[in-house]
Amino acid sequence: MDANPVISPSTAVDGGSSSRKRQNRTVWASILFLLPAWLLLLVFFIGPILLTFYFAFTNLSLTGSEAQATQFIGFSNFMNMFQDPNFRISVMKTVIYLLFSAIIGQQVLGFILALLMKEKNPAFRRVIGIIIIAGWVTPEIVVAFCWVAFLNDSGTLNALLQQVGFKPIAWLFTFPMASVIIANIWHGTAFSMLVFQAALDDVPKSIEEAAVVDGASRFQVLYKIVLPMIKGSVVTNMILVTLQTLGVFTLIYAMTGGGPGTATQTLPIFMYNQAFVNYQLGYGTAISLILLLIGVIVSVLYLKSMKVKV
Amino acid sequence: MMKRKSMKIEKVLPYSILTVIGVLFLLPLLWVVIASVDPNANSSIKLPSAFTLDNFKSVITDPVNIRAFIIGLLLSMGQGLLVVLVAGLAAYPLSRYQLRYKKPFMFTILFMTSLPITAVMVPVYQLFIYMKLQDSLWGTMFFLTAAGLPYAIWMLKNFMDAVPLELEESAWIDGASVWQGLKRIVAPLMIPGICTVGIFTFSGSWGNFFVPYILIQTPEKLPASVTIYQFFGNFGMVEYGKLAAFSILYTFPAIVLYIFAQRFMSQGFSLGGASKG
Repeated sequence: MDANPVISPSTAVDGGSSSRKRQNRTVWASILFLLPAWLLLLVFFIGPILLTFYFAFTNLSLTGSEAQATQFIGFSNFMNMFQDPNFRISVMKTVIYLLFSAIIGQQVLGFILALLMKEKNPAFRRVIGIIIIAGWVTPEIVVAFCWVAFLNDSGTLNALLQQVGFKPIAWLFTFPMASVIIANIWHGTAFSMLVFQAALDDVPKSIEEAAVVDGASRFQVLYKIVLPMIKGSVVTNMILVTLQTLGVFTLIYAMTGGGPGTATQTLPIFMYNQAFVNYQLGYGTAISLILLLIGVIVSVLYLKSMKVKV
Repeated sequence: MMKRKSMKIEKVLPYSILTVIGVLFLLPLLWVVIASVDPNANSSIKLPSAFTLDNFKSVITDPVNIRAFIIGLLLSMGQGLLVVLVAGLAAYPLSRYQLRYKKPFMFTILFMTSLPITAVMVPVYQLFIYMKLQDSLWGTMFFLTAAGLPYAIWMLKNFMDAVPLELEESAWIDGASVWQGLKRIVAPLMIPGICTVGIFTFSGSWGNFFVPYILIQTPEKLPASVTIYQFFGNFGMVEYGKLAAFSILYTFPAIVLYIFAQRFMSQGFSLGGASKG
């Protein structure tokens, strides 16, 4: 890596005579400092990403004759994939999951919470905040247990509904998608809430007050002044929440295993089933690649929305 | 009269909506807490028939669970320390020198923070087989470290930018080397940042189920995140009390560390501010 020292130890001390030598020294220092990170990222992060592109075009398998002789098979995995009704189902399930769990669920609920909590009694605000954040801090696998129990035939939800005269429903079988969506909203909303709280705190109160003096209704203030002002946070948050939800495996796997049937088989679950249950690693990798490409597209949007200066 | 009434509703309404949401959020969590101390817990919230710590006792006294907790702790702590160390070193030249490839490098790092790890697990598994690392806790730790690095490098670089260069310069004039300056001047001033990154990294891998589930096969090597899932599969539907106790013990470190980290991350969520990079 080439380097021009902004300021290096030697410039600070003598300044001037052997600048080439010094420059070399900072180059070496940077290389040494960056080396461990580079090595780890190259082997365990960038390596697997590159392998995805390779394996996706092979008939790599864990069992059978293909396990011995892995061959390059061109676009076969993708041809199979696009003809596989299960793949199409998974894409649809993923879109539904992203839309209702991330974009609508967590975003909207997080925003409502942040908005309503603004300028409320601090103790009340704190209690609600802690409850919401508790769901966020809880590890995904425990979130799954909480919700399996809550939605169980004889779980809390059915017990409550029975009190008001409803018959118990096997939620995880009757409404599997809604169940895993709600569980993920419960788990993730705190992040959006915290982001929007920070964003709303940055909106100067004087601007809102001026609008009210000019006769704007509460809704108009929100729609015409507050929302445009926090637009950046909304976009960035939406992208981050989408990326997080795109990778959700544990929650769905532990709650429904992707079922019943294919009812909650999002792409990560489909990928897992093909690679590790049906032992078709090549096909599984092809699905990974699709997942990765969606991730890449959303990440690029993220970088654009951030307008980062590094 | 009308006006006063509507004012009152406007004041009470947010509180009632928030209370309803709060209760709905609390219910699933409340069950775990109550069931863990109930000798006859079932899947519904109910007043416990008696108060007992037997559920916790039976989870803690099972050597299989103790082993899983220790493995989980070692895995996450080892990963956390490695991430902080390696990312801290990498952050130094990125923060202090004008490198020609700094901009693309930082963009790559930021880009990698947002890629879903789930998407690379199948090739990672294959890579582990090639490298004879399958079923290796060290391999798993290194993979988790690499997965945690992009976020850590990004954060630590920004934290390091905030440490004034003048302090280091005066140390250099006194004859300190770059390494000594980093160790004695920069690192101590970055302790809040290092703690935040360390805690987030630790919690991330402590709660990670998918990675060890794919990479580790021997039951004796599984960390708590996977054993709790197996416990759920084997006894979950019968022994609700024990599952709840296990869940609480497993969640505990994450909650304690979050509370600890909170004091360092007062402005962590201002995405608008983050764009200043």
